[in-house]
Amino acid sequence: MTSALEITASLTTRAGGTVVRQVRSLLDHSGASDHRAAAPASGWLVVTVNREASELDTEQLPAPLAEYGDRIEVRVRPAPGDKGTELGARLHTQPSGRSVGRLTGNDPQADLRSALRQAKQLIEVGEILAVDPAPHGRRAATPSGALLEAWTRQAPKGGVR
Amino acid sequence: MKAVTWRGVNEIGVEDVPEPKILNDHDILLEVGLSATCGSDLHLVGGYIPAMRAGDVLGHEFMGTVAEVGRAVTKHHVGDRVVVVSFTSCGQCWYCRQGLWSLCDNGNPNPGITEALWGQSIGGCYGYSHALGGWAGSHAPCIRVPYADQGAFAIPDDVSDERALFASDAAPTGWTGAHQAEVQAGDVVAVWGAGGVGQMAARAAMLMGAERVVVIDRYDNRLDQVRTHIGAETLDYEEVDVPAELREMTGGRGPDVCIEAVGMEAHSTGPQYLYDQVKQQMRLQTDRPTAVREAIYACRKGGTVFTLGVFAGLVDKFPLGAVMNKALTLRGAQQHGHRFIPEILERMSRDEVRTEHLATHIMPLDDGPKGYQMFKNKEDGCVRAVFRPGG
Repeated sequence: MTSALEITASLTTRAGGTVVRQVRSLLDHSGASDHRAAAPASGWLVVTVNREASELDTEQLPAPLAEYGDRIEVRVRPAPGDKGTELGARLHTQPSGRSVGRLTGNDPQADLRSALRQAKQLIEVGEILAVDPAPHGRRAATPSGALLEAWTRQAPKGGVR
Repeated sequence: MKAVTWRGVNEIGVEDVPEPKILNDHDILLEVGLSATCGSDLHLVGGYIPAMRAGDVLGHEFMGTVAEVGRAVTKHHVGDRVVVVSFTSCGQCWYCRQGLWSLCDNGNPNPGITEALWGQSIGGCYGYSHALGGWAGSHAPCIRVPYADQGAFAIPDDVSDERALFASDAAPTGWTGAHQAEVQAGDVVAVWGAGGVGQMAARAAMLMGAERVVVIDRYDNRLDQVRTHIGAETLDYEEVDVPAELREMTGGRGPDVCIEAVGMEAHSTGPQYLYDQVKQQMRLQTDRPTAVREAIYACRKGGTVFTLGVFAGLVDKFPLGAVMNKALTLRGAQQHGHRFIPEILERMSRDEVRTEHLATHIMPLDDGPKGYQMFKNKEDGCVRAVFRPGG
């Protein structure tokens, strides 16, 4: 006869497995098992800027993108339905690695994502939004706490898929 | 400075935190006059939205006096009395320009978390975890307000602090629900939840011309507030069969618009409550959608269901078949308050919107833990605990 403790342990294990699967699925919206699918095959990262295409000069890029110099190529094209202009950037040399690793901080394109997002803010608002440096406490030293801490640390470099 | 902080699951503290500074040209610093607890805070307090760090300041519904202005701020001056919308939105991106302010592309400095959860990030919210920006909250003597020309609104002289406070979040959230659900003149509207947001959704629906508005809850004092201060009808779900009552009230059709203002910690009297509790505690679902299910079943064919309560992730036993086969419109949103607050303040000035009754318990910051305990457990008829940093 299965004891209550065994049932509890079994359910806990199943629950833990479910959480892991949920986290994995949350980080891979493509539904594909190959994590390369989390990034477009073309390598282009794109934001849509609320400006006319004629207002974006690829020769006068905002500083976060201009700093990349010849390491990136940039494209600009109107978004359909008067939704602004699509500003894209990709590295001339595509990063290696099969896993995007955005949770663990191993996303080779994280800085370019951040630069694109900052460029969009400079064009639309005129400044890069700064977040208060405090308060920042510490999480409890648990596996889930460590996972959340890692996720939070990488969160500022998201926002461009 | 002293502030009310999240210390851990179900642990609220009062501690010293660094004073805010102006970091962007569009910022103001606000001396907080009043700062309210909100039902959505309880999801943070209880660990259901696990993106808080110990020491983070809580609070996103607030008003106060401008203490310092950034170089690019044009609408506000030191000494102005303002109410601040709880969402940080730039006012310049496509979403803001469409009036969909809570979807701002630029207002969340930590977009990665909500992007992973939901596919795209939304705007930021004060005191609402690192998932929504990591902004310090308003349960403190002073708060930094970014994009101040967009998010801070001058309070008319004849509107009290206690009334204006709820133009920050409860009222514009209710307005968002009623407007986005497209309440029409002559509609019958049912609202699940008689907290501040539910009451304001009901009031908005009435002002939009709804023929009948009924609010559903189980707490007598809240239902009494609905009848007395809002002017809507009420149903106590512990006393009556809500779907049956709604069918009877609507000639068998069901409400035209159903607004759910309960959120991820819903309660019910049936066995599904235990089922949802177990699944949520085992992390097999993140949210308890009890009221949403009932709203979907109760809604008339071709009607609209609006999820205004806060949900974080995944739910189980969602009646998608009813949504599809009854041709329902299912919508949801955080508040797009920037577009509604000027109207709300005008209506407050004309006594068409009254909110001060929501602030049942006003106390100093030092009573932060007690305030959250009273609010969470509905002690002493607490509808909202409100902190007055000035004592």
